[in-house]
Amino acid sequence: MNDVATSDASTQADVVQRGSLELTLRRLRRDKASMIALCVILAVVVLAIAAPWIAALTGHSPIEQFRDIGLSPAGIPVGPGEQFWLGTDQLGRDVLVRLAYGARISLLVGVFASVLASTIAVIVGTTAGYHGGLTDIVLSRLMDLVMSVPFLLCALALVSAFGPSLMLSVCVIVFFSWAPMARVIRGQVISLRKQDFVQASRSLGAGPLSIMIVDILPNLAAPIIVYTTMQIPSSIVFEATLSFLGMGIVPPTPSWGGMLADASSNSLYLVAWWLVFVPGTALLLTTLAFNILGDGLRDALDPKSARTVRRFRLKSKGASKR
Amino acid sequence: MIRFLTQRLIFGAGVLLMLSAFVFFLFFVAPGDPARMIAGDKATEAQLIQIRKNLGVDRPIVVQYASFLSRAISGDLGFSYRNQQPVAPIIVRRIPVTLSLVLGGALLWLAIGIPMGIMSARYAGGLRDRIGQAFILVGLSFPTFVLGMMSLYLLYFIPKQAGFTLFPPGGYKALTTQPLLWAWHLVLPWTTLALTMAAVYARLTRGQMLDVMGEDYIRTARAKGLSERRVIWKHGLRAVLTPLVTQLGADIAMLLGGVIIIEQVYGLQGVGALAVQAVANQDRPIIIGVVLLGGVFIVISNIVVDLFYVLLDPRVR
Repeated sequence: MNDVATSDASTQADVVQRGSLELTLRRLRRDKASMIALCVILAVVVLAIAAPWIAALTGHSPIEQFRDIGLSPAGIPVGPGEQFWLGTDQLGRDVLVRLAYGARISLLVGVFASVLASTIAVIVGTTAGYHGGLTDIVLSRLMDLVMSVPFLLCALALVSAFGPSLMLSVCVIVFFSWAPMARVIRGQVISLRKQDFVQASRSLGAGPLSIMIVDILPNLAAPIIVYTTMQIPSSIVFEATLSFLGMGIVPPTPSWGGMLADASSNSLYLVAWWLVFVPGTALLLTTLAFNILGDGLRDALDPKSARTVRRFRLKSKGASKR
Repeated sequence: MIRFLTQRLIFGAGVLLMLSAFVFFLFFVAPGDPARMIAGDKATEAQLIQIRKNLGVDRPIVVQYASFLSRAISGDLGFSYRNQQPVAPIIVRRIPVTLSLVLGGALLWLAIGIPMGIMSARYAGGLRDRIGQAFILVGLSFPTFVLGMMSLYLLYFIPKQAGFTLFPPGGYKALTTQPLLWAWHLVLPWTTLALTMAAVYARLTRGQMLDVMGEDYIRTARAKGLSERRVIWKHGLRAVLTPLVTQLGADIAMLLGGVIIIEQVYGLQGVGALAVQAVANQDRPIIIGVVLLGGVFIVISNIVVDLFYVLLDPRVR
């Protein structure tokens, strides 16, 4: 896969063999919205990585309280200006520095929880879909059960029982996110396992585990990539929501949801708009970017998906004989 | 049909049983002593033992769960640790607020989402589709509390600074006594809820519509000479209704268990706000009660949705 992607297309003659990865990347690169989304995501990643440098550059640590210069005499936060580029919060802390450190939490939780949820979804979905029978019934009921539970309420109950922490947030997010994707994977596996190449593999003596990993898993790459990407913004918002309710990341560690919660308490944001609009916009842009990228990836990975097919309905009808 | 419904009822009962066991045992294994929470730090050991005896938490956990379950079935959910009042009435008192918020919001999000989805599907690939798609993406991405806080700032605070009150800052007025104030106080919460939810419905409608509009019977309807409007609203939408009803049932049920975020942002004292307060106070009977109520709503809605299928789709009958 890799050497196909890296082989330089331009040095070769007219006919170039392109692997599916390269074709996908080409389609993705042509999608302007996805490219902009990717840039936004990269910007957030850079912000997260550069957090210590931003702190050093401004000379403000994320939890340091500048009660003398960061608050007005009446105790009101200072707006964006030369000293504090994005203003200060209710304790006189630098919003920009906290935003950068908060990006770390959001990305960490978002990506980690999504990958974990996808892994569970793939394992459960593949097992249920491949084995069928009783295994399928039990696992499908389990998915139904997880999906028919008021998840935010249960999350609140869990957090109130064990006390908020980063690890618990991730666990809660994973626990309530794997089921929908597992259902999709199960459906795909059920249709895949009847295909000829799986039969062929079985007739050559491959065991169930080998068939699942070697034959079926690569065919699930597209839904796995798309669903994991789409899961990231949900996880980020889930974490921010928990933190907003005071049940996620423990203060004073900065997180976007926590910053918004601080702003919301005592309706402080009404006199300091940046306390809502800075972390709020960051949160919105990040989730939006991941959602757009997920959409773009879906179209790029599966050119026959609804959007593309419709637009070129008449043209493609003759071309792709499906 | 009856067999199907029985199956659903059994699954529903199973969900509730699992849910009750989950919350109940959760608080049993969790650190923290309820007697200490009620009595405060100054209580003596003898007092604590007495309180534990009164609460029944000195008995084995399985016995506690069984007695909890048998009382819960008759609607007795125990007493709040906070003010020793019975849990069920405390929760029931909060329902009108949440119900007003959810039902009004649902009407609004259907009114926005479905036409948006249809427009998007009808002009697929065109400018109007792009607008629809942009709406869907932004709506899906907007965290509810960010939207709520931003609209409060822009629609309550800015006008108020300019000298007039466009919308109230929050709060709730009873529908029965002050219907106009009731609606006025709920406009912002409704809109916030509806804008984030409408995206889901627009996406669903669009996707289903695109599938349906390629079907033969749609071509037949067009060939009969029906107007495009009639083809879409009568023949197309009919097929989209089933997934929409499924989604609507699930969403309404999920939200009736507490529109936690919006109630928090707009200071509405609904079920969700109660849950948040109970968590902050470590008031376990209330938390258990609210979670179970949420479960009951979901189970009921699943069954209602199944009944709707029979009504909507002759093939199921």
